[in-house]
Amino acid sequence: MVLNCRHVWEYISGYLDNTLDEQTRADVERHLEHCEICSAVLDSTRNILILTADDRIFELPLGYSERLHARLRKAISEAPPPSEESS
Amino acid sequence: MIAEILAGRTEVFHDLIRPYERSVYMMVLSMLRNEAEAEDVAQETFIKAYRNLGRFRSESRFSTWLIAIALNEARARLRRKQPALTDSIDDMEGSVVPAQLTDWREIPSETLERQEVRSLIRRALDALPLPYREVFVLRELEERNVQETAETLGITIASVKMRLHRARMMLQKQLAPQLISSAPKRRRRFPWF
Repeated sequence: MVLNCRHVWEYISGYLDNTLDEQTRADVERHLEHCEICSAVLDSTRNILILTADDRIFELPLGYSERLHARLRKAISEAPPPSEESS
Repeated sequence: MIAEILAGRTEVFHDLIRPYERSVYMMVLSMLRNEAEAEDVAQETFIKAYRNLGRFRSESRFSTWLIAIALNEARARLRRKQPALTDSIDDMEGSVVPAQLTDWREIPSETLERQEVRSLIRRALDALPLPYREVFVLRELEERNVQETAETLGITIASVKMRLHRARMMLQKQLAPQLISSAPKRRRRFPWF
């Protein structure tokens, strides 16, 4: 099947996640071979996903871990120990 | 470890949660978009997990259980701030048209050393509607699979896939033009020389 650009955009996630069926994947690849715009949409989406998943995007505040464990120590000392509950 | 804690060695809880400190904070920060509140809600998440540890069932992963608590705590905080907040969204609404660039070139990870690039990405993530943001963070940042994401959020697998696709396209639409203009310019070539 010959796909137009709008069809291909709908398949970008499936293509990246490798969840398209064999025929659709082949149709998308045939379109990408000659479409500079859709190739750029695919490449930029892939690139942006790598950048957003980088640990530097969400950095832990300085002292976060220390404050967390201090508050936990207090909560644990004040509460009775947890016990197993039957479902 | 959980059995030890339930048997009374409560100090082991500190070691149990250490590997998840970052992911819980990241989940609630992405939802609340405020660092001080995110830290408070992350702390409350771990305290709630401690108090309810006896209810944890080993059929599910501890990290999935913890993230579900974090998500509920963050949603409760959001509702207190914005009682009219709704997380419903029309999964059938129209598609997102991506940015169409012909001059895309790879943005290397080193670019993230620059504060302004990190801010661009954070702002784009913050601008995603909450239901899309939740799915995006669980799938892309927390690396949950589609099934786990659907269970954590209480939505269908089809909705997870649709929301993730839209979130990705929204980020591409927003970020691709900004990133390409913030990237170092290529040396201009003059073919007539």
